[in-house]
Order: sequence, then structure tokens, then C-alpha cells
Amino acid sequence: MKWSSPVRQLGLAVVAFLLVAACGSSPGTSASCNAKTATSATDCGGMSGLVTAAKAEGTLNVIALPPDWANYGAVIAGFTAKYGIPVNSINPNGSSQDEVNAFDGTSNAPDVVDVGQAVALANTAKFAPYKVATWNDIPAGAKEATGLWFNDYGGYMGIGYDSTKVPGGVINSVADLLGSGFKSKVALSGDPTKSNQGLNGVIMAGVANGGSLDDVSKGVAFFKQLKQAGNYVPVVGTAATVKAGQTPVLFEWDYLSTSHGKDVSSWKIFVPSNAIIGGYYSQAINKAAPHPAAARLWEEYLYSDAGQNLWLKGGARPVRMAAMVTAGTIDTAAAAALPAVNGTPQVPTGDQTSKASAYVVANWSAAVS
Amino acid sequence: MTAAGSPALDTAARPTGGGRRLSLSWLGVVPFFAYVGVFLLLPTAIIVIGSLTASGGGVSLANFAGINKPYMVKAFTLSLSVSGVSALAGAFFGAVFAYAVVTGNPNGLLRRSIMSASGVLAQFGGVALAFAFIATISTVGFVTVFLKDHGIDIYPNGVWLYDAPGITLIYVYFQIPLMVLVFLPALDGIRPQWREATESLGGSTWHYWHYVAGPLLAPAFLGCTLLLFANAFSAYATISALLTNGGTYVPLQVQALLTSETEQSQPGLAQALALAMILIVVIVMTLYALLQRRTTRWLR
Repeated sequence: MKWSSPVRQLGLAVVAFLLVAACGSSPGTSASCNAKTATSATDCGGMSGLVTAAKAEGTLNVIALPPDWANYGAVIAGFTAKYGIPVNSINPNGSSQDEVNAFDGTSNAPDVVDVGQAVALANTAKFAPYKVATWNDIPAGAKEATGLWFNDYGGYMGIGYDSTKVPGGVINSVADLLGSGFKSKVALSGDPTKSNQGLNGVIMAGVANGGSLDDVSKGVAFFKQLKQAGNYVPVVGTAATVKAGQTPVLFEWDYLSTSHGKDVSSWKIFVPSNAIIGGYYSQAINKAAPHPAAARLWEEYLYSDAGQNLWLKGGARPVRMAAMVTAGTIDTAAAAALPAVNGTPQVPTGDQTSKASAYVVANWSAAVS
Repeated sequence: MTAAGSPALDTAARPTGGGRRLSLSWLGVVPFFAYVGVFLLLPTAIIVIGSLTASGGGVSLANFAGINKPYMVKAFTLSLSVSGVSALAGAFFGAVFAYAVVTGNPNGLLRRSIMSASGVLAQFGGVALAFAFIATISTVGFVTVFLKDHGIDIYPNGVWLYDAPGITLIYVYFQIPLMVLVFLPALDGIRPQWREATESLGGSTWHYWHYVAGPLLAPAFLGCTLLLFANAFSAYATISALLTNGGTYVPLQVQALLTSETEQSQPGLAQALALAMILIVVIVMTLYALLQRRTTRWLR
């Protein structure tokens, strides 16, 4: 956060410089394409028209994209290398809510956002509808029908663990965690009464123990058993607690959990085959984007095979993954590096998440304290 | 932490001279009252108004009805019991410690160093205290690891550090020095002559404590215990830093209600909880003030 101000200043300077440069060199290029209202590349005269318009705008504002999160550093570099459009990355460590809060109508506002599902659903009035060329590859449940938001990448709720600290060096089922070898070791990566990630950890434990997305009570009961066995640690797992060894077994999104490997070389991730709970982030375009064409070109790039494979290299599962596997365009090496998952993924709907949340809030404290 | 009212302060400010016209000396306290207004009265007013406002607007007691849920009641029970036990333990050990100090040389090095140390340790709370305990006796703390290497497992049934016994232990760490600080003036007020008088009249040590020192110190002891209780009850940062996940204590419930990203954000209920905490502290501090008045009748 403390960097955001200097970054903004620098960003403004860059934007100002480029605006001057753009105006000087190519006046009136965007006349052929009204990018602000374009709902697909066709509205801008196809990809070439969109590229021309985006280059005329000269820059792209993005927000809250840490370079080591889902490989965004390489994605941004790839976009600039391909189209010659510099990317102004604001407040890389912001939250989903920070992203939408930055829609201030200035030339410095983010053109595009990458937000969690709850924030996407709550802010559709601020987004512009757009369908990328590969729109049909995105599963129906993973996008808003007109393109106000569409899932980009995600992963599954997994159990990350330090294999040197668990009995036998491997976890084969969620029920294993109740064993005496897991004394004071199991943690969540968020408070389930208020954090989406923590809540999905409980949902996953519930599904693995005979519950369903509609019935999270089994998950709460499981953590109650964990607590009674003395295995549950009421500490939110982070990179720091994993490194210190406070949370050697941690419920976490698999694509975030992989990053602990650089601190703990024996870190492994287990995704139970009977409870593959998916969670996705979404892309959306700012309705008042200062660079509407660049924003749309960015989306085209993200949903191209190249963009999707870059996310995959970062350990995140791109939303077009199934289609790309079928088409044979997936980066097979990166796909093979993902935690092994056998079974059918389930993604909780907004309603299911709300119901689970209400149940957890009412029953969590009785279960774990 | 709440500052302890010291009997010594009562004699400090005596009016000098009198009958002057239009004194401007009140100007000196304007910054103080402005500060109290902005940082104490205004937030309290916001909490009172917020807790009485229904989610759709309008005056309502619905937020207080929200407290009547099993998990909220449990949060209050746990907060009150941890505060109570840590206050009693802190008061007992602190009083014994203070008595040991007071029987020594009043200007000695021991007393001066213990007073300074207590002054520092009584304020040693919050994140730093939580971290100190995590680094020493959490599952990966160096004391835990050292003992484990020598065959002693302090967590045979799971980490109690994060449960009520652990929180109580951590609170006692700042309660004892606070008790030393606030109880010492009362002990200083006990004159050696009273003991001599008891003895010259044929009284035993038991008689002295039962009929003279005990009744004199009881109001001070109870008052200090209440102060310790309020101190623990309103503590937030320590448990927040220690129990990052799902702590069943009232301040942490307030935190959860304000920051939820899973549609459970209820600012009105959070403010109702905060108001309930304020009421409890007000009751406790009123009792403390009454006891303090009784204490000062004898011990000056």
C-alpha cells in the first residue's frame, strides 16, 4: 500500500507523456471504433481494428495484480511485448474491494479488474459487457450471459502439508487428519466466519465427510472432531506461519498453496477426489475505462491460448483449460505440474455459499472453542 | 489500558488564592476535553446511535436482539470468565508480591527496580505480548521445542495456549505488574504503628490481619481486582494477534462482524456488542470508584 502513491505519480507521468505522444503522432485514429461500447472485437473492425485503437490509446491501467500471483508478472510482460502497449500496474497488493473502489473516473482508474466472485456480483452496474473471441470455451456457469464478468482462473481447495511433519509423509484422505500424528498441526487459511477461503475449507471438509454443497454441517462437525482430537490450530495460515512450522497442514486454494514450496521444499498438496471444491476469480471491464480499447485487447490476450497458458504456468487453472486440453493447445508440462486431481469438480453457487456462511457463523464457535 | 486513579493525585491540586475575577485557567484543560471529546465521547455516541439504528434505517432494538444467540452468549461467557479468572489470579499474586516489596526498604534498589519493571510490564500487551508467547510456548516456540527434545510434551492434548487457559495465562502476565502498581499505595498507607498498637494490646498476627489490616485493605483489594477485570475485558490486540482464526471472544466477534467478506457483515450488531461491552465496563468502573472512595477514607 505504501508504494501506491509514488506508483500513481509515476503512472500519471507515464500516462501524460504517452497521451501527448499519441496525440502528436496519430490524431483521430479511434474514429473507426467506438471502443467504449464495443461488446466484441467485431464491433471494432476485428482484432486488427482493436489493436490499432488500443495502440492509439497508448497504455493500459491494471490494479491489484501481484507479479507472483498466478504468474501476472509474465502475463503483463507478454502483453507489452506483443502489442507494444505499456501496462501501468497500480497497487499490486490491493484486495478485490480495493479494485472496484479505485473506479474514480480519472485517467488513472483501472481499465480492467480481476476480482473475487462476491465483488463481481455486487458491482455489475460498474462493468461494461464484453465477449472475448474465445467466449464459447468458457463454461456457461462461469460467466455473466452478456459478458459483464467472466471467470478467468481459479483452483481447487486443497490441503497443503509439509510431508516431513505428517505420519508416513503423505495424506490420502481428509479423515487422516483426525489421527494422533496430526496433533496441533491442522489450520485454515482464513476465518470461516468471515473469509471466503476459510469458508471454502470448511465446505470442502463437509463434502469429503458425506455432506454436500447444500449441507456444510458435516464440515463444521469435522472441525469439531479435529478440535477435540487436539489437532486444530486456531491460527490463520500464511506464508509466515508455514515457514515457521506453526501450520504444517493447511486448507488452502491449491494455486496459492504451491507458493509455499519455495520456503518448505517438502511441501505437498492433496486435493481429495471426493471433494474437489472449485473457486474462480473473474475479469471485468470498467464501464468508464480511460482506455476502453486497450482494456478489451487485454481481455482478448488473457483468453488467448498464450494468456491462458501463462496463468497455468503460475499454478492457476485457466477457465478455458478443458477446451484447450481437447484442442491440444494446453501447455502439457505446466498442466502436469498441477496437484493431481481425479474426479468431478464442484463449484458452490452464490446461494450455496450464503447458506453455508450463515450456518458456519451460527455454529463455528460452539464447534472449535 | 485504563489509567488507575491514584490517591496521591487527590492532594496535588489545591486552589491557591481566591476571589479573582474571570480566571482564564480553564483554557489549559481545553485540549484535554477536546481530545476526550473526539476520541472517547464521539465514538461512544456513534456506537450508541449505530446500535439503535435498524439496517434499513429508523430506531430499533433489533441489533440487541441479535446478541441473544448461543454463540454470542458464549462469547460473553468466555470473555467474562477469562477476564474474571485472570483478574483474580493477577490480584492475588500481585498483592502478595506488592506486600513483599512494601516490607522492604522504601527507598531500596529492589523496590525501585520492581516498580519500574512493573510499570513497563503492565503496559506490555497487544501484538508484542502475543508474539512473545508464540515465540516461547506455541507449538514451535523455543521453550516447547526444548522441552520436547528432553521428553516433555506440554501439549499432549492439543495447544491449550489458544484456549481459555492459555489466554488467561497471557493476561496474568500483565495483570500481576498492574496489581503491584495500583495496590502498593494502599499497602503504603498501612502504618507500622497500627501493628505495634495491636501487639501492645496483646493481639496476635492473626488478630492484626483479621481486625485491622484486612478490613482496611479489603476495599482497595476489591477495587483493584475490578480494575484488573476491566483491563482484561477490554483488551483486544493480544487475542486478535494470537487467535487469528475464530476466537470466541466479544472483541473478536465485533471484528468479524465488521470485516466479513462472506455476506455476514452486520455493523449494527457489532455496535450493539460494543455498547454492551461499554456498559459492562461502566458498571465495573463505577464500583471501582465507589470502593476507591471508601479506601481513601482510611488510607491516605
